[in-house]
Amino acid sequence: MSKINLSVNLCNIPLNNPGILASGILGTTRALLKRMVENGAGAVTIKSISKEPREGHKNPTVITFEGGMLNAVGYSNPGVEAAAKEFSQLNEIGAPVIASVIGTQKEDFVRVVEGLSAQKFSAIEIPLSCPHTPGFGLLAGQGTPQATFDITAAVRKATSLPIFIKLSPSIPELCSVAKAAEDAGADAITAVNSMGPGMLINIDAQRPILSFKVGGVTGDALRPIAIRCVYDLYQSVKIPIIGVGGISTGRHAIEIMMAGASAFGVGSAIYYRGIDVFKKISDEMAFWMQERGITNINEIVGVAHD
Amino acid sequence: MIEQPIMVKICDIREESPDVKTFFFSKGNLRFEPGQFVMVWLPLLDEKPFAVSYLQNDVAGISVLRRGIFTQSLHDMKISGTFGIRGPYGRGFDLQPGACAVGGGIGMASLATLADRLPDITILQGARTASGIIYQNRFRGMKVCTDDGSLGLRGTVIDLLPEQLKSRTFQKVYACGPEKMLYRVVELCNRYGVGCEASLERYMKCGFGLCGQCDCSGQRVCLDGPVFTSAELSVMEDFGKMEITKAGERVIHK
Repeated sequence: MSKINLSVNLCNIPLNNPGILASGILGTTRALLKRMVENGAGAVTIKSISKEPREGHKNPTVITFEGGMLNAVGYSNPGVEAAAKEFSQLNEIGAPVIASVIGTQKEDFVRVVEGLSAQKFSAIEIPLSCPHTPGFGLLAGQGTPQATFDITAAVRKATSLPIFIKLSPSIPELCSVAKAAEDAGADAITAVNSMGPGMLINIDAQRPILSFKVGGVTGDALRPIAIRCVYDLYQSVKIPIIGVGGISTGRHAIEIMMAGASAFGVGSAIYYRGIDVFKKISDEMAFWMQERGITNINEIVGVAHD
Repeated sequence: MIEQPIMVKICDIREESPDVKTFFFSKGNLRFEPGQFVMVWLPLLDEKPFAVSYLQNDVAGISVLRRGIFTQSLHDMKISGTFGIRGPYGRGFDLQPGACAVGGGIGMASLATLADRLPDITILQGARTASGIIYQNRFRGMKVCTDDGSLGLRGTVIDLLPEQLKSRTFQKVYACGPEKMLYRVVELCNRYGVGCEASLERYMKCGFGLCGQCDCSGQRVCLDGPVFTSAELSVMEDFGKMEITKAGERVIHK
């Protein structure tokens, strides 16, 4: 059996496999990050951190449906000061750790990036695309080319770490926003955040289920959208793309990499396939590659393009 | 399985104490194991986890301590009112005969269906004061203690447990209550060489192991727990020491 190589180099960050724990899923404590790495994640992303602590929306915040999940957690997080304490000694985690940083204005992003600068994060991810939290992301107009350029440029001045800009699948000007991020100095595009917002109503209670009423859609329903976004972005920007959205099997992972992703994020799939989902995906990718005589995963990136 | 609340109708309400009411509802085809919990939803208000405290034929019940706005709203509900439930969630207790159950305050609710299934069980319940003791008619032989001595022995279950552990060999000790109490119950069980299972409480969001809100040293209390064995707890550094706030900050346990 020839040796299968799943390792990738993402913006000079070596990953032993291209699977990354997506932000907002189990990234609340260093103990959980460590557990995800022990269960096969190639890198992990912490739950998004803002300047001040936030309690987020009331429950229900996460529910599932036939085609995936709907969530409106509302960016609950302990704030940058507590986060800097929690995410210390990141070298013990066993894989690169990505800091997800949010803000209501560009100064906030800078403040959080600076507040986390003493910790050993490998990259900064900036989601400008949350569909369900007032003051942030889409609800604050951060998903326009101009706002994305301004925020990315401000963060660029504040850190030498690679910057990933996470985009919404629910905006028509996706590629121009990505180009704005690239022009402002972003090192990669994370595509995509949850889509929507969507809503689910309990017909017996005659009320929306989520306390915030609307939330972002993830899981299977998002996958074809995510594949298309990555495919389009691959033709629009030169920087690497991290594909996120409904990836739960090795075949899905290969699909999004063929669309143009250099690595991929996994979130909802932990619910569907368990905490060892990264191991399962890596095994499935290796099996698929073995059968076709492909030894290096990097060979498949973007091959779906003409 | 789809994680969405289904609406159930309250078919009976029982006052267990001045501050605790049990709400009974038809459980349909849901199967519950002792120690599991449900997320209870009041539309547009909030959703919180509660142990299933009664399982009788087609009916299940949750015992609710009045503590804040959400539980007050539940206490205000009348028979034939409705609330949403989803679940059951979590890993429950591993049932063994010849056991002892140790409950502190409303923690007794998590142990109640276990005690129903194990007729020879020894039950110890502690509360601050007499009005905090629940299920006195349900478990006739229950040994009771209160901090102020207003009912049963004056003291806590930690004062009551050693003599029980000395007097006979239990196959297992089950515990639920304030985490400081659980910590000491586990310590005592380790000292007497008895296996222990403790049910932990954490602020929860999703209930199915995805959001990370209820982490305890890398264990998801909602899915990997809420019941943990003493061996598991021995490597969970946060047990008895740290909890996570609603905002997600790991702080020293009150």
